[in-house]
Amino acid sequence: MKRAALAALLSHWRRRPFQLLTLLLGLATATALWSGVQAINAEARSSYDRAASALGPTPRATITGPDGAALDEGTFVALRRAGWLVTPVVEGTISTRQGPLRVLGIDAFTLPLGDLPEQTGDTAFDISFMGANGPLITAPETAARLAGADLPRLISQAGVAPGLAYGDIPVAQALLGLEGQITHLVVLDGQPPTRTPLADIAPGLQLNQAETTNDMATLTDSFHLNLTAFGLLSFAVGLFIVRGTIGLAFEQRRPVFRTLRALGLPARTLLGLLLGELLALALIAGAAGIALGYLIASALIPDVAATLRGLYGASVEGTLSIRPIWWASGLAIAVLGTGLAAVSSLWQVARLPLLAPAQPRAWARASEAALVWQGAAALGLAALSVALMFFGSGLIAAFVMLGALLVAAALALPLVLYGAMWVGGRLARRPLAQWFWADTRQQLPGLSLALMALLLALAANIGVGTMVSSFRLTFTGWLDQRLASELYVTAETPEQATAMLAWLEPRTDAILPIWNVDAPLNGKPGEIYGVADHPTYRDNWPLLEAVPGVWDRIAAGEGVLVNEQLARAGDLWPGNAITLPGWQAPVLGVYSDYGNPLGQVLMGLDALTQRFPEVERLRFGLRLVPDQVATLSAALVDEFGLPPGNLIDQASIKAFSLQVFERTFTVSRALNVLTLSVAGFAILTSLLTLAAMRLPQLAPVWALGVGRARLARLELVRALVLATLTLICALPVGLLLAWVLLAVINVEAFGWRLPIYLFPRDWVVLAGLSLIAAGAAALLPAIRIARMPPAQLLGVFAHER
Amino acid sequence: MLTVERVTKSWGQGEGRQQVLRGVDLTLGAAQSLALTGESGSGKSTLLHLIAGLDHADSGTITVAGQTVMALDDGGRAALRRNTVGVIFQQFNLIPSLNVADNITFQARLAGKPDPDWAAVLTRRLGLDGHTAKYPEQLSGGQQQRVAIGRTLAARPALVLADEPTGNLDEETGERVLDLMLELVGETGTALLMVTHSTRLAARLGQRIHLERGRTLP
Repeated sequence: MKRAALAALLSHWRRRPFQLLTLLLGLATATALWSGVQAINAEARSSYDRAASALGPTPRATITGPDGAALDEGTFVALRRAGWLVTPVVEGTISTRQGPLRVLGIDAFTLPLGDLPEQTGDTAFDISFMGANGPLITAPETAARLAGADLPRLISQAGVAPGLAYGDIPVAQALLGLEGQITHLVVLDGQPPTRTPLADIAPGLQLNQAETTNDMATLTDSFHLNLTAFGLLSFAVGLFIVRGTIGLAFEQRRPVFRTLRALGLPARTLLGLLLGELLALALIAGAAGIALGYLIASALIPDVAATLRGLYGASVEGTLSIRPIWWASGLAIAVLGTGLAAVSSLWQVARLPLLAPAQPRAWARASEAALVWQGAAALGLAALSVALMFFGSGLIAAFVMLGALLVAAALALPLVLYGAMWVGGRLARRPLAQWFWADTRQQLPGLSLALMALLLALAANIGVGTMVSSFRLTFTGWLDQRLASELYVTAETPEQATAMLAWLEPRTDAILPIWNVDAPLNGKPGEIYGVADHPTYRDNWPLLEAVPGVWDRIAAGEGVLVNEQLARAGDLWPGNAITLPGWQAPVLGVYSDYGNPLGQVLMGLDALTQRFPEVERLRFGLRLVPDQVATLSAALVDEFGLPPGNLIDQASIKAFSLQVFERTFTVSRALNVLTLSVAGFAILTSLLTLAAMRLPQLAPVWALGVGRARLARLELVRALVLATLTLICALPVGLLLAWVLLAVINVEAFGWRLPIYLFPRDWVVLAGLSLIAAGAAALLPAIRIARMPPAQLLGVFAHER
Repeated sequence: MLTVERVTKSWGQGEGRQQVLRGVDLTLGAAQSLALTGESGSGKSTLLHLIAGLDHADSGTITVAGQTVMALDDGGRAALRRNTVGVIFQQFNLIPSLNVADNITFQARLAGKPDPDWAAVLTRRLGLDGHTAKYPEQLSGGQQQRVAIGRTLAARPALVLADEPTGNLDEETGERVLDLMLELVGETGTALLMVTHSTRLAARLGQRIHLERGRTLP
């Protein structure tokens, strides 16, 4: 029984392969976009986890000098003698031409074997690893990236965190310039109870409790949440296709369901078979979608890795590994999505009355009835969005607000279009025009899901486009202000810096020291810069808020400036005070500091050198006539033998910063284009499937004297009218989306707020693109109508054949 | 084979309640045929649907091949339609995505008693030999109804319920289809209950019952 019934159900797809293809493609695309984003996130998170667990699977307490300062090797020996089970670590990041490398110096004699990644332990405990001439152990992808770098011998070992290299203590000390020093001591498990107290061994030793949070994971959470939100949006757009196709397939098969029931198929069996059919389709499409998602993720991950490195300093290698959990979650989301899309159709089948009269337009009529509910839901969601706008806080609330706004707009679209069709019909004078508007209105239920998908895609496009363009405009203006010096130079030693200053004095307009220290700001990691009292800062520094006479007061050491992200995170505005090491500093102003994940404080140069006398005094910004930059750079190289990397001109930094910026939004743009393509595909499939049901509407008009070519042209016009109306609706939604992204989500995610700029030229381009997409989608059905044999149209009137 | 006793059925509620069947009685033995006639709205199709277990009676008893239809749950009634009763609809109700051959064998396969030889005989006798690979949409109305008859008889039901099987056909085609149906029903020993509003067609069956305002008139 089941076999025969299943064969009958499946025969529908055999007779309509295009519909099957649509369903599979829609679901596969939705899964692909979602699982692609998940793959990227999973890869990045795995990198953070590996980096966080570089020494042991669980975090351990550490011992450092006062305020986290380094220790000398003697302290380690003293602690071991006093009974402390500790292992020394030398940790830091070095810059190579092939990118940054986190170096972790370990002591194979005191580090438990299980604390290193599998296999790495064997290598690290080998005698050849030890000594000042020992190798570095890195992940294969990191080793490949570092090929040609001026480093000790590299050994590739799978399982090592990307961007990390293990080496023996002397190797790390040499690389990091920390000879004789240890950055911290890791307190191992199983400490003897009788050990000497720390304070008795060496004064000022600081025992730091184990940190249970993964800093990098926390820091980059907002970025990944952004990606996830985009993935979810793409998935939702894909689901619109699936929902439309499943709804249509169920509607077309409704008479078959009745027949099967009338011929003796129990309702439960029918439902079970349909569920099985959907599950099989979901698994097939899900598998294809995951494969497609892998391709998308592979294409995007190099840019994501570059973005994470540029924005957060996070090491994520630009390659992708296949993870079972990712496969499983991809399939699960495909099944879940199909279930979600099919739930109402299945519910209708479960309640299918056996004797309901044939209702070829039941679906359309039900959709019309659902409009009222849709309108109410749209209103409710819009109210939720507004409520969250005023009373919500946090990134999740911001995304919920965004989601509610988008879904409300999508749900309201059919209502708006209905209204437009009604007005069109009222204004139409000629009968054909009246029929056109009435017929278009009748088509809306079948097209509304695709048009809703188009609205979401267009709104996302406008929103993200406005955000990126606004950001770019603000960012380039900010770069111009912030990077005022024409040349940036870094001396190799303090002595060289002194000599260089004397040499540069007569050759430049000004020399602006760029000295900074890493220090806790209100107890969180951050950096403090010293600024010279110079018009360069007074004229250019991008201040968002400041007290009167701010630069005079900074120069006098009366307070500090804080960057916007620090101000927003800690509510540090002029009038408040910030806790710095040894100083409760008044906040005198706030400046914008895009792209910096860390809190930053600016104080007068004298204040910096007094409070942090150990500050490295090697970097300077040079003011000079721009066309002398090349000459001076060459002269500096000749005079002091500076490597090229120590001289960076303004143009190069700007170019690099813009490159980081562009990469940051590569993924957003790519997903944007993919989402729009999916929406275009949704329209194409809806029009093609509807075209098959159009005969009864077209045949009478044709019989009354409207030619096939004219009917075909009208079909094209219909698609263009609907696309245009959808675009007009998408514009305000997109701008609202941009506002939420710039003024709410950016602030929550990155800590800075950006002004919104409008780019009408981009809208014109988008309008052109969407009209071309809609026109192209309508072309095939229109051609079919134009070429339809009259016999096929006549068939509509034939009661007997 | 079939006993209908004091069956009532009404539609709607309250003042809008409409009594369709007001205590209908009839019996039909194996290999017998009975025509159920009446005006539109007299309750003919409703009674047929109640017998097939497609709908519930308000009161009374319907027994088909020893099974009390009202006592059966949804699964039981589905099994009854699958194994014992064959229904031929006015609208044919063929499965559009299956070809003629698959449509004819469909109910027999659904009932778990496929008989390719018998299906082949039926196909030939129904004049569908040259059309087995065609789909319903490629057939005329008469051909579609012959496929529907074939589908029902291929499962060898004990009772065939035909709801105006020629109602959608012109007179000549309708006559031919009925001839064939009666011939095959007669050969297989199946009981036939046919609903029709045509007294001329009804006259060709063994027994006739006329329904008027929900009651049977001899």
